[in-house]
Amino acid sequence: MLMRLRSFGCRGALIGLVLLTSAGVALAAPSGQPIRIGGTLALTGPLAPTALLHKIAGEIYVEELNRGNGLLGRPVEWVLLDDQSKPDVTRSLYEKLITVDKVDLIIGPYATSGILAAMGVAQRYNKVYVHHSFGMPHLAKYEMHFPTAAFGFEPQKTIPSTVFDALAATSKPPKSVAIVTSKFPSAQYQSSGAKEIAEKRGLKVALYLEYEFGTRDWGALAARVKDANADLLWVGALGLDGNQLLEAMKKLDYTPPRHFHLFPAPGPLALAPDGKNALSVTVFEEHLPFTNNPGAAKLIPLFRERAIKANVPYHYVETQVAGSLAAWQVLDAAVTATKSLDDKAMAAWLRKNRVDTIIGKLRFDGPNNYGDDLFKVKQVQDGKWVVVWPRELAAPGARLLPP
Amino acid sequence: MPSATLLGQSIVSGLLAGGLYGLLALGLSLSWGLLRLVNLTHFALALLSAYLTYQLGHVLHIPPWLAVAAIVPAFFVIGAALHAVFAYFRVAEFASLLVTFGLAVILESLIQWFWTADYRRYETAYATASIRIGPLFVPTLELLACLTATGLAVATWAWLRFSYVGKALRASAEDPAMAAAFGVNHRGQAYLLSGVSAAYAGIAGVFIALISTLAPSQIWAWLGVVFAVVIIGGLANPIGALLAGFLIGVSESVTMALVTPAWAPLVSFSVLILILILRPGRG
Repeated sequence: MLMRLRSFGCRGALIGLVLLTSAGVALAAPSGQPIRIGGTLALTGPLAPTALLHKIAGEIYVEELNRGNGLLGRPVEWVLLDDQSKPDVTRSLYEKLITVDKVDLIIGPYATSGILAAMGVAQRYNKVYVHHSFGMPHLAKYEMHFPTAAFGFEPQKTIPSTVFDALAATSKPPKSVAIVTSKFPSAQYQSSGAKEIAEKRGLKVALYLEYEFGTRDWGALAARVKDANADLLWVGALGLDGNQLLEAMKKLDYTPPRHFHLFPAPGPLALAPDGKNALSVTVFEEHLPFTNNPGAAKLIPLFRERAIKANVPYHYVETQVAGSLAAWQVLDAAVTATKSLDDKAMAAWLRKNRVDTIIGKLRFDGPNNYGDDLFKVKQVQDGKWVVVWPRELAAPGARLLPP
Repeated sequence: MPSATLLGQSIVSGLLAGGLYGLLALGLSLSWGLLRLVNLTHFALALLSAYLTYQLGHVLHIPPWLAVAAIVPAFFVIGAALHAVFAYFRVAEFASLLVTFGLAVILESLIQWFWTADYRRYETAYATASIRIGPLFVPTLELLACLTATGLAVATWAWLRFSYVGKALRASAEDPAMAAAFGVNHRGQAYLLSGVSAAYAGIAGVFIALISTLAPSQIWAWLGVVFAVVIIGGLANPIGALLAGFLIGVSESVTMALVTPAWAPLVSFSVLILILILRPGRG
């Protein structure tokens, strides 16, 4: 397996594993002391609905590793703890994972605030820290952190620019925008960037509002959005925020002509009637050309089966799941390539090499270890997220639908 | 400067949100004021009822009005059973806060185990229906929740004020020894009141299922604001709880419309502090 991987250069280990198993090559079952990989996820709390997707992704990956040859021929054990969606709990749990549980490796939690909290712990103990959902690259100063949320270094500029580019290319480009954002750090950061970019592009910012993460009453917010009556509604949404705002607006007999959602829980928005034509950003959706890689072909049915069993209503692999799988692939690739669990050796290898993942080739040699911005614009069409921009990566036959 | 329509719509939204706060506060206010139990399980029961409504409606296609008919008596029994546990272990006022917090966490875990942490939405044809009054829109389900809260608050107030049981409950809360000397069976009435409080949580839960998207962690979403409503409204004061709900709801909503939504959560506690400072007879 290792020889084969070397012959592929920097290929992600999973892709190699998949190729080998599909080619019928017999792999020895992993044996010996398990390699313990520690991490937390928001199994409870407001981030739990999205974190559940990351949990399923991680479980699938670890099971697939153990079905093959494990890591370095040893079985892999994922020590997963519940951080309750709280950064302070996350920090303490990573401290425990490293000092009490003495895990061999760590993997990041979900989402930005938790990742940042655990980054300090990783830095203190010089652990390689691969994570999948960090939205504020300028704050990630630790030299051994490796992000698979492929935003690039300046998502507050690149994400809004991509979205506004896509909309500008339509027959009815928006002239005004209402921006409503959660105060969750990454959502607020990227949404305030959207305001600047919109103004620079000559769009009228008819409304800019920030609301507390966990807001209950959407009626007044909906009334303000309706009052602003902009061509585009940008929701710096986490989880269900977008659904709730759309529903509250519908009760006021108002539907925004276009609506964009930054980090929505993918299922509820795609499946809700109000989510029709909703826009968001993504690194992976379950259609060509994204599915045209062996890792995706193997993992998509596994995820679907597991998601259905867990009653996850939207059981397609999308940006959250793919980002998570990519994080495991990166960690796997670093261990496999260096043939060690040495954090410094793995970090050095990751900085020098590109890793093939389900979301594409990732590099970590840019500012704060960030590489390219791989995000595309997606839209809900017929109850499913499909990429619509850039055109060359759009789902077969799909285009950005006008209002 | 916000338009008159925006301001009017915000007040309507606030009143309706306040109705739900009042509905949630009703049972908590009764058990705290009359049984001296700070029952945090109340929030978990409300969410459990919401999930049951979702399950009955979404999976078994049982309409919500039939779900209420099943949930209310079931929750009455649960409430009475819970009180039996509290009575057996002689749970005091402060201890009840800790015990019921633990129970709420257990219920949250059970809900998450059964329904997972993913969001659940009970889609109905009337979920987004509204009544139009001039330029203002009044969402039908929220209006129904508000009217139910008003009806229950008035009925509960009348029950406590005019019925023998109500008077006995108030007397026991005031001076248990003296009430017992007059033949008040406080223990039996406490079971009744616990059952009623839990049934109110059940009714609130049905509306939560119809109005909101469900997640297990939602148990804690109303905790702060409903506590503020209970304290502002006065313990065991159903009308007070309802009016306090309206006050907090409108204050939050108008703050969102005039200033910024980020300030809304500050409002309930600012109003609480102001009222505690300025209330007549303070100290």
